[in-house]
Amino acid sequence: MANVNPAMDGKIPQADVKIAKKKRSQWFEVWLRLKKSKAAMVGLAIIVILIFSAIFADFIAPEGIDDQDLDRRFVSPSAEHFMGTDHLGRDIFSRIVYGSRISLQVGFIAVGIAALAGGSLGAIAGYYGGKLDNGIMRAMDILLAIPSILLAISIVAALGPSLANVMIAVGISSMPSYARIVRASVLTIKDQEFVEAAKAIGANDLRIIIKHILPNAMAPIIVQATLGVAGAILSAAGLSFIGLGIQPPNPEWGSMLASGRHYIRDYWHIATFPGLTIMITIFGLNLLGDGLRDALDPRLKN
Amino acid sequence: MHKYILRRLLMLIPVMLGVSFIVFTMMYITPGDPARMMLGETAAPEAVEQLRSELGLNDGFFTQYGRFIYNLVVHQDLGRSYKTNVPVMTEILGRFPTTLKLASLGVLVAVIIGIPTGIISATKQYSAFDNVSMVGALLGVSMPNFWQGIMLILLFAVYLGWLPASGFSTPKEMILPAITLGTSSAAIITRMTRSSMLEVIRQDYIRTARAKGQVESVITNRHALKNALIPIVTVVGLQFGYLLGGAVLTESIFSVPGLGRLMVDAISSKNYPVVQGGVLFIALTFSVVNLFVDILYAFLDPRIKSQYK
Repeated sequence: MANVNPAMDGKIPQADVKIAKKKRSQWFEVWLRLKKSKAAMVGLAIIVILIFSAIFADFIAPEGIDDQDLDRRFVSPSAEHFMGTDHLGRDIFSRIVYGSRISLQVGFIAVGIAALAGGSLGAIAGYYGGKLDNGIMRAMDILLAIPSILLAISIVAALGPSLANVMIAVGISSMPSYARIVRASVLTIKDQEFVEAAKAIGANDLRIIIKHILPNAMAPIIVQATLGVAGAILSAAGLSFIGLGIQPPNPEWGSMLASGRHYIRDYWHIATFPGLTIMITIFGLNLLGDGLRDALDPRLKN
Repeated sequence: MHKYILRRLLMLIPVMLGVSFIVFTMMYITPGDPARMMLGETAAPEAVEQLRSELGLNDGFFTQYGRFIYNLVVHQDLGRSYKTNVPVMTEILGRFPTTLKLASLGVLVAVIIGIPTGIISATKQYSAFDNVSMVGALLGVSMPNFWQGIMLILLFAVYLGWLPASGFSTPKEMILPAITLGTSSAAIITRMTRSSMLEVIRQDYIRTARAKGQVESVITNRHALKNALIPIVTVVGLQFGYLLGGAVLTESIFSVPGLGRLMVDAISSKNYPVVQGGVLFIALTFSVVNLFVDILYAFLDPRIKSQYK
């Protein structure tokens, strides 16, 4: 995965080459450890296949997202329709392939929002301490007092159901865990000598936090983010399932499942395949997340 | 200890105030006029305006929020449902026991499956049982519970015809919803029990117990499990809160007449006082359960008790 190795993205200025080399070896070692874990590799393979199908959906899916044909409603899985067709005669496999775009988008953007907002708040709280810390963390405690799926449901209910609002709702509801993780890391790092050295040469707070503290606090954030994408996809599917998420005819997995649910007594395949896809996706992300945690911090491994 | 409990109870006040502020703000920014919703689309503008001033909807945000808190604290009043005009508190209290029962059964399923599986996995690390249960646990966490519910209905209600597909009044009707709700928590508890036990069974005192010839089952249950319980209890407590939230989806699959279903219906009909009251109620329960878990620590670990002052 690209974000496992940020030092290889080619954007490193010449002067930093030496540091980059060291960084590269550090991340390279993580990659070597990760590679040893078969489970993590299976997870990575699932995610790569998913990203691949999201990008090349136009070539992979035999039909479009809303190609209705009422003459072939409820067709069972066959050679022609690998996963069958739904109540409007749409090819389920095609919709699942296109649906990967929506789910991955929701997963990554919601986690992006959560990590950016929660992480910044956590960094500020940990770095400055005192009243600011207390204020921010108590606010996070309040958010944590509402079960996250419920918080997401109420935010979408207030903002109205749409793709963007689902991302915002899921992002906000998972923000506190990032704030806590980043704050904890910042607290352990901020008193170290290299931070003092940076202060001594006159670096400002923003530079210290971004350049010196955060790179050293990346490991738990990456693990949380990987597992967070899984959680975000699940939450978004849950929201769509109760009609609060992405609206039809867009092929969101959760809403496909919800519409198939009404025909479950006669046509099992409509609800089964979207759910199976969600499960395999989340399974892959969890495998990768577990593997990353072991690779980034071998001490934690049991 | 009493002082500690009292202090924690007092700390609930600012948290609940914060939750109520968030929930109230969300309802305030939601588009739509409550007065018009109560009277219906065809009502005369004058009647709507009159109801608006009666309900105080023309006042400023903070005046309205203050009144909301005052009514809640002094009269235990959460407003009235737009749909039925019944006090929200009455509706919630009528539904809450069902949700509490469902969540408790879910936790029960999770604990009954999770803790023994976790213990066996840890004592037989890397065995076939361990590998299978770890993959099973990961699958359990990965399965969306609304999908699992539908699959269970498909198998046990549609194909086998053993269990009913909906309802929640007889024990038979409670089996599928409880399993659906409890599965992912069972998986999380299994993983936590395993890792907590693994940490403990490497300690010296376990080796000592073994060296003095103690029976293996006593070592596991009395020496190891007791010391591994703290993180497990924490997770069980957190799961309980999570299940109260997760009940929203499970209840709508199995048509369980609980608080979650009431809220989903309220959301789709834009009946916000009910949504607001429901979220507040569940958040309060969640916080009380967490407090209870913290107090339980003291009984599990005397070292913690001495810190509670």
